[in-house]
Amino acid sequence: MSLLVLAEHHDGQLSGATAHVVAAAQAIQQHSGGDVDLLVAGEHVAAVAEAAAKLDGVNRVRVADHAAYAHQLAEPMGALLAELAGDYSYLLAGASTTGKNVMPRVAALKDVSQISEIIEVDSADTFKRPIYAGNAIATVQSADPLKVLTVRSTGFDAVGSLQDQGGSAAIEAVDVVVDNAQSTFIKEALAQSDRPELAGAKIVVSGGRGMGNGENFKLLDGIADKLGAAIGASRAAVDAGFVPNDMQVGQTGKIVAPELYIAVGISGAIQHLAGMKDSKVIVAINKDEEAPIFQVADYGLVGDLFEILPELEQKL
Amino acid sequence: MKVLVAVKRVVDYNVKIRVKPDHSDVDLTNVKMAMNPFCEIAVEEAVRLKEKGVATEIVAVTIGPKAAQEQLRTALALGADRAIHIQTDEKAESLAVAKLLAKVVEQEQPGLTILGKQAIDTDNNQTGQMLAALTGLPQGTFASEVVIENDKMHVTREIDGGLQTIELTLPAIVTTDLRLNEPRYAKLPDIMKAKKKPMDVTTPAELGVEMASKVTLLKVESPAERKGGIKVGSVDELIDKLKNEAKVL
Repeated sequence: MSLLVLAEHHDGQLSGATAHVVAAAQAIQQHSGGDVDLLVAGEHVAAVAEAAAKLDGVNRVRVADHAAYAHQLAEPMGALLAELAGDYSYLLAGASTTGKNVMPRVAALKDVSQISEIIEVDSADTFKRPIYAGNAIATVQSADPLKVLTVRSTGFDAVGSLQDQGGSAAIEAVDVVVDNAQSTFIKEALAQSDRPELAGAKIVVSGGRGMGNGENFKLLDGIADKLGAAIGASRAAVDAGFVPNDMQVGQTGKIVAPELYIAVGISGAIQHLAGMKDSKVIVAINKDEEAPIFQVADYGLVGDLFEILPELEQKL
Repeated sequence: MKVLVAVKRVVDYNVKIRVKPDHSDVDLTNVKMAMNPFCEIAVEEAVRLKEKGVATEIVAVTIGPKAAQEQLRTALALGADRAIHIQTDEKAESLAVAKLLAKVVEQEQPGLTILGKQAIDTDNNQTGQMLAALTGLPQGTFASEVVIENDKMHVTREIDGGLQTIELTLPAIVTTDLRLNEPRYAKLPDIMKAKKKPMDVTTPAELGVEMASKVTLLKVESPAERKGGIKVGSVDELIDKLKNEAKVL
């Protein structure tokens, strides 16, 4: 009944989301027993494997370090995971764009269903997941011999690191190499930011259509800097070209659940709420006092954001 | 090149859904249904490929009850040439849908199959990837740009940190992200013409696909309600509340 977690990494760094997925695996392990293994697949990933081995609760780290897995393209990654699946009853990955890309491919190769974006573990075979943009929560039970799951990281508290105790799991090489003549990596254009990663930030400040234009998003910079916050956006702001799409919070963008979410000039459409309504405290700043965002906001401030934002920045 | 487009009939994205009192599922009686928004984008992309002379024929396919033919007619009105309706009243899980679509891919041999990245009802984001696995084809998921040259395709994908471009050999499977294009509206004459376009009706049994899933829906509940908050009168009051009441600053 062992569990295999696909580690998420980029540029030689283990992503914070992996610790949340390990937590979900441990929640299942309490019912199912078995060991939690981690798979690190990529090219030049020794440092990632070292970091992964220090995560609390990990039995061993399996490392597939080969050019075939660079950029974690779906075709070789799917084949690799399908190859390793025989040793496991559970395959888990974060519900990131990597996890969403690879895991359904693996599930189909193994002729089993996938359960997407679990937020809670009821038992060894029963999980909760949001449907209809988070407007309903489904409890589903899987009788598949292999359970393929993606995990919504905001649903599980990250496991700790054994860094300080000097402990670490065993690291073993996996020598499965798959041919891939079908897909080739060409290029990547990543948004540069010194701010915390949106999905893992403790505070998120988001702007919507009410920001008026991309230039005005600078009004959020000072506030985000003072709070150590990430900056997000509504789909309206992304579609209007104010900011790049990787800043989008919502059903089709990122799901966040920070301690504090400040929504500025965002009306609060169903699609946006799906991405942020599990935040601990929600603040809405909007000139329209009828805006739906006020129905979920703990604190609402009705007024002109162009007056409120500079004042807020100055007083923080 | 033939392009296959899969579309799904779902609850309209503006509808505020209700959970049935017995918690068996979401109540969809008398609720407005529509084509899944991501599928509309898939249809639009296929039509644009035809307008560019890349696609020669567009085949739209759906799986669902008789009423789902409405969505196929919409696809035909938007520019698809013919439609295939795999009729079933059973709920089709992603894996079963992918198996049915794999049969259609086998029969039709499209150069490209386009699907939405996810349906806004189940929010699974699985079918395209599963179809790629079952057909042994490469996948370009969450596409925001598709460029086809000869027997290769460049797909720009929306990934967590930004954008990634990959090259795929054709035939291939693509799933659409929201920013791939802006779907057009069907014009009345096109809606009339769509009524005369061919639609084949088949069933999962005829295609030899078992619909049964090992995943059971036990319960559907409403999410925890957020308590209504308060309105504050000033920035000072807001900062004070966040510091002393909510203690998040």
